[in-house]
Formats: sequence, C-alpha cells, structure tokens
Amino acid sequence: MSEIPDQQARRARLSTLAQAPAARLAALWEAYGAAPEHEMLRPPEIGTVMVRGRAGAVGAPFNLGEMTVTRCSVRLGSGAVGHGYVQGRDKRAAKTAALVDALAEAGDAAALDAAILAPLRDEARTKGHARAARAAATKVEFFTMVRGED
Amino acid sequence: MYVAVKGGERAIDNAHAWLAEERRGDLDVAELSVAQIREQLRLAVNRVMAEGSLYDPDLAALAIKQARGDMIEAVFLIRAYRTTLPRFGASEPIDTGAMTCDRRVSATFKDVPGGQVLGPTFDYTHRLIDFALAAEGDLPETPQATPRAEPTPHVTEFLAREDLIQPEREGADTPRDLTREPLDFPADRPLKLQALSRGDEGFVLSMAYSTQRGYGRNHPFVGELRVGQLPVEMEIPELGFAIDLGEITVTECETVNQFTGSKTEPPQFTRGYGLVFGHSERKAISMALVDRAMRWEELGEDNMGAPAQDEEFVLSHSDNVQATGFLEHIKLPHYVDFQSELELIRKLRAEAQASHQEAAE
Amino acid sequence: MRDVMTGGFANPAFDASYAFRAVLQAMARPGRIETVASATPPAPISPAAGAMLLTLCDPETGLYLAPSHDTDAIRSWVTFHTGAPFVPANRADFALGTWEALAPLSAYRIGTPEYPDRSTTLIVEQDTLATTGTRLTGPGIEVEAALNLPEIAAFQANRAQFPLGFDCVFCAGEQLAALPRSTFVTEVD
Repeated sequence: MSEIPDQQARRARLSTLAQAPAARLAALWEAYGAAPEHEMLRPPEIGTVMVRGRAGAVGAPFNLGEMTVTRCSVRLGSGAVGHGYVQGRDKRAAKTAALVDALAEAGDAAALDAAILAPLRDEARTKGHARAARAAATKVEFFTMVRGED
Repeated sequence: MYVAVKGGERAIDNAHAWLAEERRGDLDVAELSVAQIREQLRLAVNRVMAEGSLYDPDLAALAIKQARGDMIEAVFLIRAYRTTLPRFGASEPIDTGAMTCDRRVSATFKDVPGGQVLGPTFDYTHRLIDFALAAEGDLPETPQATPRAEPTPHVTEFLAREDLIQPEREGADTPRDLTREPLDFPADRPLKLQALSRGDEGFVLSMAYSTQRGYGRNHPFVGELRVGQLPVEMEIPELGFAIDLGEITVTECETVNQFTGSKTEPPQFTRGYGLVFGHSERKAISMALVDRAMRWEELGEDNMGAPAQDEEFVLSHSDNVQATGFLEHIKLPHYVDFQSELELIRKLRAEAQASHQEAAE
Repeated sequence: MRDVMTGGFANPAFDASYAFRAVLQAMARPGRIETVASATPPAPISPAAGAMLLTLCDPETGLYLAPSHDTDAIRSWVTFHTGAPFVPANRADFALGTWEALAPLSAYRIGTPEYPDRSTTLIVEQDTLATTGTRLTGPGIEVEAALNLPEIAAFQANRAQFPLGFDCVFCAGEQLAALPRSTFVTEVD
C-alpha cells in the first residue's frame, strides 16, 4: 500500500526532471554540490520515442511521429538505482536526472526536492501561467445585442 | 560508344566549399544562430518537425540553417538523422482533450465550454507587410488576463452524446508503422493518418482544396481547431509504471462532415481528423479534409473518382522526401542511358532517310 | 532486478559495431570463428550470445527464449537492455537456446518467396566451438570449411528449401560462428 505514494512521488520527480530546461537542471545540480560514487548501468543514450495519437481524438491509436529522448541509468555505491529520461538530446541532463533519482531513492528525496525539484516546478508553473494568461486575454467575450425600445 | 566518366571528387569538394560560403552569405551581415531560427522562425521549425516526423525544435532549426531555408532539404536532413537513433518504445496515445490550449476555436458552435480562444493567430491580420519589422525594435507588453480554469472538452463530444456524429472505431493497441514496413494498399486508417501527418503540406493542402472545389464532396465544417501543449507518457519496464517524458505542442483539427444514413442507420455527421506536431493549422485542417475524403468506402459513399478519394494516389505521392528523391535523381548522370537513345534516334533517322530516297527514285 | 541491469555494453557505439561486424564476418564466411567479449549477460547466456542480443535486438524484434534459456533474470536483462518483446517460436525474429531446447525446427519462420528474410535467426548455445566435425561448402567458402555442428540432417533439409529457411549463429563462451541457409553441410570424409 505504501508503494503507491512512493510511486507517485517518483513519477512526479521524473516528470519534472524530464521537462526541465537543461541549463536550469545543470545549474541547480551544480549548486546542490553532490558528486556521488556511481556505476553506469546504462550510459546516457540518445534515442526516440514514437508518439501516438488517436483517430478522432478518441479512436484507434496511430503513429504520429517520433520525439528525441535521452536516457540513462545509474547505480550508486549504496546500491540505489536511478533512471533518467529527458526530452531532447542531452546526455548530461539524462545523467543528472538519473543521479537525482538515485539519490532520492537512497533517502535524500526531501533535500533534493527543496533544492532542485521545487524550483524547477515553480519555474514551469510560472511559464505555464504566463502562457495561460495570454491565452485568456484572447478569449472572445461575445456581446449579445439586445434590441432596445426606441 | 561508351564514355567512361570518372572523378569529379575535387569538383564536388569545391562545390561543397562554395555552398558553405553561399550559406553564410555576406560576412558583414550577422550569422544566423540556431536559437534565432528556433525562436523566431518557429512555424518553419514546426513544419520541418512534422514532415521530418521528429519532434526536436533545436534539431529542426539546425537543419533549416544547414539547408539554407530549403524546407524539403531540411526535412531530408531530419529524416536521415532519425535513422541513426535507436527507438526506445512508443508513448501512450496523447490525450488531446487534456491539452493546455493556446488556441481553441470552433466554426460550428459559438458558445462552447472553454470558449473561443484566438491564441497567437494570423487569422485577423490584414496581411499588410509591416515595414517596422525590418528594424529591430522593442516589443510592446502583451495583454494578460486571469487564466481560465474551466475544462475544454472536445466539441465532438457534445454531438456524440446526442448520437449525432459517427462514433470512432476502436483499433489495435499497436498500430502499424510505415517507417518500419513497406506501405501496402489498402492501408488502414492509422497508416493513412500517419502518412498524412508527415506528408508535404503543399500536397495535402492542394488535395484538401480539391475536395472543396468539387473533386469529392464533403461539406466540411471545422468543429474544432486547437493548438497547445500536452505531456507525452511512456511505460518504463524497469520502473514498472509510466512517466512523462516531456511536453510537445500539437495542432488538432476535427471536421464535421456531411451526414450519411441508410435504410438501417439514421443520418449522422461524419468526421475528419488532423493532428500535427507543432502549431501548424493549415496542415491540420488539410489533413482532416483528406482523411475524410479517403474514408468514402468505409462510410458507404460513392467513389466519385476524385484524386483525394484515391488512397493509392494520395499516399504514394504525399511524402516529399520520397518525391524529391526520385524527381531530383534525374539530374544525375544518365549518360549511358542517353547514349543508347541517341544511337537509336540516329539509326531511325538514317533508315527514314534511306527509305525516303528509295521512294524518290 | 538490480543485477540484471548490469552486463550491458560499456561503450555501446563501439561494442555494437564490433559485435555486428563479427556476426557479419561469421555469416559471410561460414565456419569462421569470431570472438566477442563485450557483454556480461545472466547465466546461462554466453557472452557472445549476449552481445548478439544487445546488438541485434530492439523493441521491434521478437525474441523466443527456449526453455533452456527462459528465466526471470534473463527476461529482465533482455527487457532492460534491448526492449525486445518475447514471442512464441513461430513469430520470432531471433530464438535463443541450446540446440535440443530449440526443437522442433518446424516451429520457426522460414520466410516467403517475396521476402525470404522474414525468417528466424537461431542463436544456438553450445559448450565449445571448433573447426572440426562437419564439412561445409558453398557461398563464402573457398574450398571447404569445418564446424562442430550439433547434427547434419536438419541443416541439409534447411538447405534444400533455399532461398527460404532459417539461419544459425552458434555461440560458445566468447566465440561465435554462423551457418547461413546457403551452406551445404555434409559428413567429413
């Protein structure tokens, strides 16, 4: 039963790392200052994932096209395993994501969240908010013409 | 007589060097950066991603720079690069209903949940060249409003609830992939949609336009056009659950088309569907119209002989890399082929001359 | 689960290239024994067979594991490193096992007249590889070659259906050799 909140937390963490701008992830990781002993289970690898859509948005799946993804898997000296999957072609970002995931699995989740993940989430939220605010301003407010008595 | 053709390596190397210089252009003019192309020519980047069938804005921008702005050449570069990458797997089908919409309009219903959101569109510009853009200048501040919290369900959902629109068929969880096996006819709908999404925008546009001009008769309405971001999710075996791999922008168009009906079925609207990488409206709408045109058989309609109804015609000619590959190859040396043509012509002329002289005597 | 994530290529670009060329050479020159030592798969997969799987298998190549080589550890290792789906013998692009465990051979695809390549490649694990035992002639062999194949009849029957048929790569430890369907197999005089 306790699997599920842990899984959700890990899922959320990996999602934040996957979408993080590479430069920000690198800067926050550098600032965090960890350099854990680790072994490469899978060295950073650039590849693709075939994105699928659905016919008519709800029907049969079809292959829309591929997107670039970089992945990496590491094992810390302690034995904790971390996986990083990041959008795009950035081996360093994938390795950083895997190390963050491994350290979080090893017990440092709270510290990593405060130092790296929360700032990334906030920045993503701010960016999203800025877009949503601009979209909202372009929403058409229809006026209903009411025929008045003249 | 055969002519041996050899060498040209030096000429080719020199041609490439000059190409690089032409690409760079006037040295007094600042060099274009990949980031500038990615940010400021975003719609070009979108087209290259869609037709290259690879979502990677930086890569598409680089391809455009390398191709000197020749979009099909850029798509060619992307397609070639893509073949060097291993495929990790396939995503869960994206849920466009959950899209964070930059833009969402419907031509069929004025008042829809989520409203008509114009987004950053060219639609209402007057198409007057803005000479002010020739100079670099400051951007005025963009107006903002409180972000909408309301959900934005698909318009077709409402028609479907009243049973007014044909339901979508289910399909195999693992759709066929035309990048992995040769395209065969008849092609199923998932393959057609894959081909249209990566097809040449000009070709798909022309095919769509032809249906509107009477080559095939669909009476399409744009039920909904939406552009925005959504997450891409994939199951990771070593984790045992699915994670978000990133976020992409897509454009989706759902058309509502003429209704069919039979002795047993009541009349219903039918659908066309377009989905493309990036903000690419013309392509998404065109795709929906051509999708609908190619569904004539499935929907029990007549084959009017229109080009857009002919799936073999549409799908065999929609890929611009394939098309230009064969087209442009005729520039390459065909000296031996032509030699034999020349000899044949000369022989025929000699024969004709001889028989002409004979007749004269 | 953790240990199966090790044992992959340390340097995928190089290691896969070398392994690919080794298999290519082995197929091109039947009877030639190549050495590939870059993978550490779980037992009882040999390093050579492991390298072949890492090089040639991906999410689109169906893999059949014969009973001799079907364990949880192996499945996890293959999934993590290659993503290859596990399929029954009659849908396999690659099949892995000892010669006895891979039987019956009739289960495997032999291609079609239009697409003879739509067939199965058998990765056969054995104790040793040696250039003795069975006589090989045919494409890629200047005069004759020899390899310690597990039997003769099956390969003669396979050759008889050329261009259809299956192809084999034999692995022992860090060594591999191949027998494409085009090779004639006979007793040593």
